[in-house]
Amino acid sequence: MSLNFEQKVIKILGQDRAFWDPATKLCYSLDGYPVQKHTPRAVAMPETNKEVQALVRLCLEEGVPILPRGAGTCLSGGATPPKTPCLLIEMARMQKILSWSPEDRTAIVQSGMVNLDLSVIVGKKGLYYAPDPSSQKASTIGGNLAENAGGPHCFKYGMTADHILGVRFVDGRGEMVVADLEDGPDLVGLFTGSEGTFGVATEVKVRLSKSPEMVRTFLASFSSMEAACGTVSRIVREGIVPAALEILDHLTIEAVEASVFAAGYPKDAEAVLLIELDGPRDEVEADSPKVVKILKEEHPLAVESTTDAEQRQSLWKGRKGAFGAMGRLKPNIFVLDGVVPTSKLASVLSKVAEIGKKYNIVLSNVFHAGDGNLHPNLSFDGRDPSETRRAMEAGLEILELCVMSGGSISGEHGIGYEKREAMRYMFDEADLSAFRELRRCFDPRGVCNPGKFFPTGGGCKEGRSAKSSEGLDV
Amino acid sequence: MNLEQSNPAYKHSLDCVHCGLCLPACPTYQTLAQEKDSPRGRILLMRAEAEGEIALSEPSLGDALDNCLDCRACESACPSGVQYGKILEAYREKLARLPSRNRRARFLGSLLDNLIASKSLHRLSMSSLRMAQALGLQKLATVLPFPRWMKEGLALLPRIPKGSERCPIAPGIYEPTGPKRAEIALFTGCMMETLFGRVNRAALRVLQAAGCRVHVPPNQGCCGALHLHAGLQDRARPLVERNLRAFPKDLDAIIVTSAGCGSAMKEYPSWMGQASEFSTKVQDFTEFLANLGLGFTPRSVPMQATWDDPCHLCHGQGIRKEPRRLLAQIPQLKLIPLEHPEDCCGSAGIYNLQKPALAHSILDRKVKDIQKTGVRILITANPGCHLWMESGLAKLDEDYQVLHIAEVLAKAL
Repeated sequence: MSLNFEQKVIKILGQDRAFWDPATKLCYSLDGYPVQKHTPRAVAMPETNKEVQALVRLCLEEGVPILPRGAGTCLSGGATPPKTPCLLIEMARMQKILSWSPEDRTAIVQSGMVNLDLSVIVGKKGLYYAPDPSSQKASTIGGNLAENAGGPHCFKYGMTADHILGVRFVDGRGEMVVADLEDGPDLVGLFTGSEGTFGVATEVKVRLSKSPEMVRTFLASFSSMEAACGTVSRIVREGIVPAALEILDHLTIEAVEASVFAAGYPKDAEAVLLIELDGPRDEVEADSPKVVKILKEEHPLAVESTTDAEQRQSLWKGRKGAFGAMGRLKPNIFVLDGVVPTSKLASVLSKVAEIGKKYNIVLSNVFHAGDGNLHPNLSFDGRDPSETRRAMEAGLEILELCVMSGGSISGEHGIGYEKREAMRYMFDEADLSAFRELRRCFDPRGVCNPGKFFPTGGGCKEGRSAKSSEGLDV
Repeated sequence: MNLEQSNPAYKHSLDCVHCGLCLPACPTYQTLAQEKDSPRGRILLMRAEAEGEIALSEPSLGDALDNCLDCRACESACPSGVQYGKILEAYREKLARLPSRNRRARFLGSLLDNLIASKSLHRLSMSSLRMAQALGLQKLATVLPFPRWMKEGLALLPRIPKGSERCPIAPGIYEPTGPKRAEIALFTGCMMETLFGRVNRAALRVLQAAGCRVHVPPNQGCCGALHLHAGLQDRARPLVERNLRAFPKDLDAIIVTSAGCGSAMKEYPSWMGQASEFSTKVQDFTEFLANLGLGFTPRSVPMQATWDDPCHLCHGQGIRKEPRRLLAQIPQLKLIPLEHPEDCCGSAGIYNLQKPALAHSILDRKVKDIQKTGVRILITANPGCHLWMESGLAKLDEDYQVLHIAEVLAKAL
C-alpha cells in the first residue's frame, strides 16, 4: 500500500513531531507580517540534520514546497507559507549550542537557537553575539541569517552577515552543503539573506564579540523631529561611531509609555534620541563630552545619561518593545524598512508624514537613525479591505521615496512578500534574472520558499515559467 | 462593530499584533516549541473562532486552549498590553458549554464544588487523604489492581500536612498587640484554610503584631478562582456572592494569603458587573504589609532562602518588589536570587492533575533552578505552587523546606 505525503512525514519523524490538525495549520499561517496568510499542508519538527535532509528530499519527490521557520517574527512575510500548501519545517526544536570556543570567539549552533539565549550562554565568558534585532528574545539565529537581520547596534557592529562564519544547509536539491568562510568561494555571504530560497540552514557558525568594557547610554528628548535628526547627522559627521543611534517619534513614545515597556520617556517630546557609546573605557570617556557638546547645541528638552547596566536597560526597554506597543492603536501593524542617507532623514520623514496623510493612515516612526534605516509603522485594521489597501499603497510609495532619495527598500527585515514588488525600484530585469539564475543553482525546481523575494508583476515571464513548470503557485 | 460588542474577548484579541515577544515567556511554548502552544497562537485561534475561520467544536482548538496554564506570564511580556487571561477565560467558558464537553465540565464542576468549595466535604476529604497517606495507602494503591487512571491520580496528589498544621483559625475578631493601625479582614480561603491553617495563623499573628485589628468572618469560603480558570463562571457566581455577604463593609483592606485567590478576587468586577467595592479592598498579604510597614522590629532569622514569585502574584497582580522588601527587613535572612523566578512551576490550579506530563516537565525546570541556588529553603505565597514544588523537591536526596512568606515573617516576631 502506498503511503500519502503526511504518512511519509510521519515515517521520517514519528507521530509526535508531525502535525496537520486545523489549529496547528492556522497558527502557522503567518509570521509578523499581517497582510498575507496561507495555511501550510503540514508542520514538521525535525531534531537532526538528517531528518531535515530527509524531509527536503521527500518534498522534492512529491513536489511540495518547503518553508523553513524559526520563531516566526519576520516582519516581511518571509516565514509566511507560500500559497501552494507547503511543508513547514519548524526549526524550534533544533536549538542547541553544539560547540563554542572562548579563545577563538566562535560558536556553532543549531539554527533554531534563540538569538538572546546564545548571548546568555557565552556571556559567562564575557562574550556576546552582537546582532540584536528587537525580536532577539524570541527570534532564532537561523531566521536572523535568512533575513540578514540587523538591530540597533548594527551601526557600529554590522549586520548578521558580518557575524556569520559558516553555514550548513540542505539545499533545494536535497544536498547537504557546508559553506565555510575559510574554505572556497564565499557561499556564506551568498546564503546570508537568501530568505530560505536556497534551502534550509541547520547549523550556523557565528562570530562572538567581547562585551565592551564600558557602555554609556544617553537619552535626549527634543521638541522637533528635525532637531533629533540634525543631532544624529552631526554626530555621524564628526566621526563619532556610537554603538547605536535610535529615534522614536511622538506617537511611538505615547504607545510605549502606556505599555509594560514604559521607560519614562517624556510624553510631551516630539522625538527622543537614544545614543549609546561603548568600547574601551578611555574611548567612551573621550567621546562622551563630544556627544554632550553636540547635544547642547541642538537644544534638547532634556538629556540624561547613565553607565549603570540596569538603568541602561530601562532606557532601552521602550525601544525594544516599540513594535508590539503599537498594537494599542489598531488591530494590525505593518512596518516598513526603507533606508535613506542620514543627511536626508529629516526631509524624508516629513515626506513620509505627508504620504501617511494622503492615504489617511495612522503612521508612527521608530528607527535606527545612525544608518538611516527608517521603520515607519503603518497602523490599520486588516478587517477593512480599503484601509488595508491604502496601507499597502502608502508602504510602496514610501519605499519608492527612499530609493529616490538615494537609499534602498530594505535595511534588515528582508523582502519576503511585503517588498517583492518594490524590488523593481532598485533592480531592472537583467538584475532580477541574474538573481533567479543564481537561485536555480541551489533550488533548480523552485521548491524552497517560493513566492518570496521576486516580483510577480508583468515582465518577468522567465521566472514565472520556471516556477509554474513545477506546478507551484506563487 | 457588532462582533466586538457582543464578544468582549474578541475585542481584547485585536490588541495582539503577533510580534512574538510572548514566546520566550510562555512555559508551554518553551516546553513544546509549537506555535499553537504559545500565547500568540492561542490568541490567533480564539480570534479566528470569532471570525468564523475555525469552529469552537474543532478538537485541536480545544486541545490548544486546554494546554494553557493560565499563568499569564505573557501579559508581563506583552508590549501591546493584551489582556490574555480575560480572553482565555471567556473561551474556556464557551468551551465548557459545548455539548461534547458538557459531561466533562459537569464532572469537573461537581468535583470542584464538592471537594474544594464545600467546606465540610473539603475538610473531610483532606483528613481522609492524610490518613490514607499516613498509613501508606497511597503506596499500597500502586500495587493493588486499581484502574490505571486512579493509580496515576493518586500518585499525583501532594503530601497532605498533618492535622495540627491544617487546623484552621476560629472565626472572630482579633485585636492588635499594640496600638491599632488598621482595621482589616483575613480571607482564609479553601485550600489555605484546610491545608495551610498554619500559614493563615502565622499571617494573623504577623498582622496583629503590625497593629491590625483582624476580622475573620465566619461565613466566608472558596473564592471561585479554580472554577473561573476552568470556564465555570456560573458555578463561581454563588461563591463570590457568599463572600460579598460574609465580609463587613467598613474595612481598610481584605487580606489574602493565596496569590491565585487574590488575583481572581481583584478581577471580580470584570465579569460580575458588581463587587467593585469589595475588589478594591482586596490586597495580597505582602502588598498590604509592605505598604503599611511592619510596625514591629523584626528579630533575626538566620537562614538562607530563595523566593519564587507565584504567577498570579507577579503576572496576575504585578506584585514583585513587596515580598522582597519584606524579607530584606529580617536580620540575618539571606535571600539568594532564583533564576527565572517568574516562570510557572506547572501547578497552575489543578492543571497538574489535568495535564500531568506537561506539568511535570515544567516542574523539573523549576526544581533545577532551585537546586542551582544551593539553598534548602524555598519561600513562596500560593498554596498550589507550594504543594507542587514541595512534591518536586521531595524526590531529591537532600531535604528541602518550602515556607509561605507569612511563616517566615512570623519567625521574626
